[in-house]
Amino acid sequence: MAKFKKQNFFENTNESYELLPFRFARINGRVLLTNLVGEYFFTKDEVLKSLVDGTLPNDSDDYLNLRSLHFICDDQTQSAKQLLGIKTRTKLSNYSNLTSLHMFVISLRCEHSCPYCQVSRQSDDKLAFDMSYETASKAVDFALSGPSPRIKIEFQGGEPLLNFDTLKFIVHDAKEKNEAIGKDLSFVIATNLAVITDEILDYCKLHDIEISTSLDGPASLHNHNRPRPGNNSYELATEGIKKVREKLGFDKVNALMTTTDKSLDDPRIIIDEYLKQGFSGIFLRPLSPYGFAIKTKKYNAYGSKKWFEFYKTGLEYILEINKSGVHFREFYSATILKKILTLKDPGYVDLRSPAGIGIGGIVYNYDGKIFASDEGRMLAEMGDNTFEIGNLATDNFKDVFLSDKLLDPLEQSMTTSAPRCSECAFEQYCGADPVFHYATTGDFLGKKAESDFCYRNYNTFSYLLDTYDSNLETRSIFESWIN
Amino acid sequence: MLQLRGSTKDFHCDFIGHKMLIISDDSSLPLPLREKYAYILKENTGTNLPDGFGAYISQNASVFSTSKHKNWFHIPQYMDYMEAGDIINFKDDGSIWAIFRSNAKYNTFLLTERCNHYCLMCSQPPKSKEDSWLLERAMEAIELIPRDTVRMGFSGGEPTIYEEKLIDLVEKCRGYLPQTAIDILSNGRAFSDPEYARLLHKIDHPNCMICIPLYSDVPEIHNYVVQSEDAFDETIQGILNLKALNQKVEIRIVIHKQTIGRLVETCEYISRNLLFVDHVALMGLEITGFTRANLPDLWIDPFDYKDTLSQAVAVLNRNKINNSVYNHQLCTVNPDVVDNYVHSISDWKNEYLDECNKCSRKHECGGFFSSQILYKHSDHIKAFS
Repeated sequence: MAKFKKQNFFENTNESYELLPFRFARINGRVLLTNLVGEYFFTKDEVLKSLVDGTLPNDSDDYLNLRSLHFICDDQTQSAKQLLGIKTRTKLSNYSNLTSLHMFVISLRCEHSCPYCQVSRQSDDKLAFDMSYETASKAVDFALSGPSPRIKIEFQGGEPLLNFDTLKFIVHDAKEKNEAIGKDLSFVIATNLAVITDEILDYCKLHDIEISTSLDGPASLHNHNRPRPGNNSYELATEGIKKVREKLGFDKVNALMTTTDKSLDDPRIIIDEYLKQGFSGIFLRPLSPYGFAIKTKKYNAYGSKKWFEFYKTGLEYILEINKSGVHFREFYSATILKKILTLKDPGYVDLRSPAGIGIGGIVYNYDGKIFASDEGRMLAEMGDNTFEIGNLATDNFKDVFLSDKLLDPLEQSMTTSAPRCSECAFEQYCGADPVFHYATTGDFLGKKAESDFCYRNYNTFSYLLDTYDSNLETRSIFESWIN
Repeated sequence: MLQLRGSTKDFHCDFIGHKMLIISDDSSLPLPLREKYAYILKENTGTNLPDGFGAYISQNASVFSTSKHKNWFHIPQYMDYMEAGDIINFKDDGSIWAIFRSNAKYNTFLLTERCNHYCLMCSQPPKSKEDSWLLERAMEAIELIPRDTVRMGFSGGEPTIYEEKLIDLVEKCRGYLPQTAIDILSNGRAFSDPEYARLLHKIDHPNCMICIPLYSDVPEIHNYVVQSEDAFDETIQGILNLKALNQKVEIRIVIHKQTIGRLVETCEYISRNLLFVDHVALMGLEITGFTRANLPDLWIDPFDYKDTLSQAVAVLNRNKINNSVYNHQLCTVNPDVVDNYVHSISDWKNEYLDECNKCSRKHECGGFFSSQILYKHSDHIKAFS
């Protein structure tokens, strides 16, 4: 009969090993290690010390796990280096397919007068604040000329439905021009639903256009945030949601909340409202520090600390809802968990490095000005044109995407080289936000020690990873969110 | 279990060496075609033998006693499964080999018994003697296999020891059987040479899957199971080279005492590093070949690892990797793996215990290998009511 070699024949007899690049953080008494592509391992301080000292016993579970997770190479296997390379390329591969989100600001006019909104105008002057067909046609050409195989055109405002003619023009123009190009083209309207009509809905159905609306919470909160004549923004929005679902289909409408200082009192009533309206999740969003939010000091009024408490309370409440058997997601957490647990980048514009400005999403203003992001457009409204990266009247796709106005903030904000980011355990999950940092500190990089962006994300990542890793029930809920 | 190879003393042949023929029961087959077929004489078809067939077979030897025909074979009782469409190799020493069964869902061609691995649980213990005639017979058979065959497999030993000749086989499959998916069982190490992977790629077979075992994310364990140092890195490299050329790859994990400890970690490893593989097969242990010699080092009751198996399947499902659980009995797995549970690709292999006759789900269950019935099976086989 055959002679088999014993298990010890295959044991690793060489005790030396090679460390691959990794980062670490201390969370709740444990040490979190993350490797070059964001694969993570929780362990004890002693293991980290021993790992770094080169004394980790090569038959220990910690050693085997760390080697499998590509923190270590040794005589037994050198495959980690090649596999890390493949994983890095996989994670970055989407970046060459820039830009998929194209925001068309087709009218600045709005019948709401929300205090945190900088851009909207109370005006009937169509010529002054609406996008013309000529500008719209140029924006369509521009949008279709990039390398991305998927193009999503989002109609923005103001209230874009106040310029429905241009909206229709853009849909027809884009569809016609795309016939020869063959991209995967989709449309979404960001609207408060106050002025939606059956005629508009019929049109949306015909062209498979989705609706993205705003819902800040129950009537009292929503109407407080969103004043309009009649003080009935909530009523119009919820009736609108119902109408869209009836006409276009239940999942053709999603809602986003704007977080204000008043929202922070109790996330549960907001979540309850989303549940009541039949949504399958909510995005517990931070308030951006732009527009009136900065001017009126509303941003500093609560800051990131208060927001994080709001988020945590909300998330815990949502987990309870899931435990009772109702599938309901928190989308910010779901996005982050996807980044932590898989190599698939969900493409979330605010958590990308290089940043999402321009190459993740781009804004065409009503007057033909091109902005690197919606926040960049708001800064311009406040008098700072830093993120105005071109003009449809004079620039083509290549001019804009190769311009220093876009490339400088992208290059200067990369997390792999940014001070503090480069050594942060969460670097692979996080992103660069040059617009936020520019708006708050005056440069694209910002000071991470004082950055609210950093505070919010660092704490969110720690909290999510720790919760995911230490509670089995929560773990399976989180896993159901990322699929 | 069917015996595919047999022999008879009761035969007559006028050829030297061997002859590979398709069985036919059609006495009116056009004359020019008959040479390629062996006519099967069944009990109810009388004793008249039509002229011109390549050979004649029957279980009733007496029909041949008065026959003027040459090339007849009296088929032994244990090969009574033979039927029209089967491909049979006849030899001048009276040996008969059912090389392809038309009614089987899946046919496998053993290409060699030689191998550079020596796996603890090998069901086909490697031998070193030259056996390239096996490859030659497979090459011949390809010309006779029905064009509408859905899927078939080539196994070993290690088929890549044939180097370019294995590639020629794939090319011939592509030429004769472009509709037929083929599986090639290999340890993948030969494909760590990118040049060899490119040769396969160049054939451009529309549906060829290389099925490669990866027993653990820990190299020491994988190498121990396959009894070869340096196997792990070469196998990983082979998988990477094949997938870089967009060739189909299946990863096979046989579950036993040596592999169960890191089964979940191994599936996580696959999900992170080899996400692009086309399928992962999680397979129960067949109690045959080397497994019987190494049983104490290998056996673990499937019932005792069912939660681990559930976790492994969940990891793969969560990462959207196609995966299947083979060679397990339904009463030894948790309900959450049933979506991935595969009845069996070789239905004629399935056998059952007495207990199974009471079971309401017997028809959904893969049952046992006969070796499992004979030597070892779970202590927890229990009929569903």
